[in-house]
Amino acid sequence: MVTVRLKINGVAHEGRCEPRKLLVDFIREDLGLTGTHVGCEHGICGACTIMFNGEAARSCIMLAVQADGAELATVEGLMRDGKLHPLQEAFREHHGLQCGFCTPGMLMTALDLLRTNPSPNDREIREGISAVLCRCTGYQGIVNAVRAAAPILASSR
Amino acid sequence: MKPPKFEYHAPTTLDEAVAALGRYGGDAKVLAGGQSLMPLLNFRLARPAALVDLNRIASLAYIREQDGQVRFGAMTRQRTIEFSPVVAQRLPLLKEATRWVGHLPIRTRGTIGGSIAHADPSAEYPAVLAALEGEVVARGAKGDRVIRAADLFQTYLTTSLGSEEILTEVRLPAMPAGAGYALEEFARRHGDFAIVGIAAVVVREGQRCKLARLATAGAGPVPVRLRAAEQILEKDGLGEAAIDAAARKATELVDPDADIHASADYRRHLTGVLTKRALIRAIGVARG
Repeated sequence: MVTVRLKINGVAHEGRCEPRKLLVDFIREDLGLTGTHVGCEHGICGACTIMFNGEAARSCIMLAVQADGAELATVEGLMRDGKLHPLQEAFREHHGLQCGFCTPGMLMTALDLLRTNPSPNDREIREGISAVLCRCTGYQGIVNAVRAAAPILASSR
Repeated sequence: MKPPKFEYHAPTTLDEAVAALGRYGGDAKVLAGGQSLMPLLNFRLARPAALVDLNRIASLAYIREQDGQVRFGAMTRQRTIEFSPVVAQRLPLLKEATRWVGHLPIRTRGTIGGSIAHADPSAEYPAVLAALEGEVVARGAKGDRVIRAADLFQTYLTTSLGSEEILTEVRLPAMPAGAGYALEEFARRHGDFAIVGIAAVVVREGQRCKLARLATAGAGPVPVRLRAAEQILEKDGLGEAAIDAAARKATELVDPDADIHASADYRRHLTGVLTKRALIRAIGVARG
């Protein structure tokens, strides 16, 4: 067993687990943060994408022990003062989700895309979110949402 | 779909990592970015006795210029390479190739050393290493050795690295100023592994070709240098007929396998098509 100490959404946590425990399972089962979803469990679907030390990463192909000392952010950390994050607002406004399964991963991926490319064109948005599979929307609503959120996030920076 | 049990080591120095690896006599695996090894563990296709995780060895992540080469610590992330000004200036082919490597959240974790040591024949970085005649440094119990690209890749997912050696550095010769380059790839979706990819470099003097480099991804069990196709350009120049002849020659130089994604014939056909596209684009951006 190993001890894992990390910060997630600004809150310090500590837990003990086997070294083989996947980070996404640690987040969901040990820390009770079930907003991050488990899809394919082998790094294809992107539903489990979180922020790992400020960058989008797939938590189903990382070990919990690798996050010892790290700062993580998940979908639960996006709301501020009871209000949705501007990217979440845009997803709601532009039909960026239907069933919502991929949405946590889509949001974290799009946040890293907009962090590194604050005003992407549609091709760049599509390339960025191609990391996450969505079966409901046909992606157009997601592209529209990310495009709409970009200037709002850029101006709040 | 959860990893099997393993002993876990996360050394903070390279010496400790080499020592830890040596203790398992080939039954341990080195964990770099984990974007290929972790899925294999989740499927239990890999069942190593131990993992030696390199992610806490800070000295393995760097990009520096030395002796006309750009040298990358094995743990340099693909995302760092994507945004590196040194790479943009000295190795624009590598920068272009990086955009084809997986997806954004894969590149934040994936490393240059891991990609090359994993030696997936469809991957972009091995093709770039082959095209640029790069080399890697391997550290074992007896010290360092340098392995040239041509001597590194043996077959699918297999390199000449010893089971107790760690790839520590990747060295790529800086591209000549003004060299044209292109990486053309066909995959069903952007971010998937290439069905076939072609890396091309062209150094031109008017219509003359001073140097041509062509290497494949996905067209055989290892990246294939298309030397005989390069020679056509170096002899006959950069006109349309020479490009066509080089592309035709390229299809004769590969021996692709069939799999669920594509037949061998289709891969051979793509090798010609993409060689031509890569050459036209490389020649178009070449100065001189």
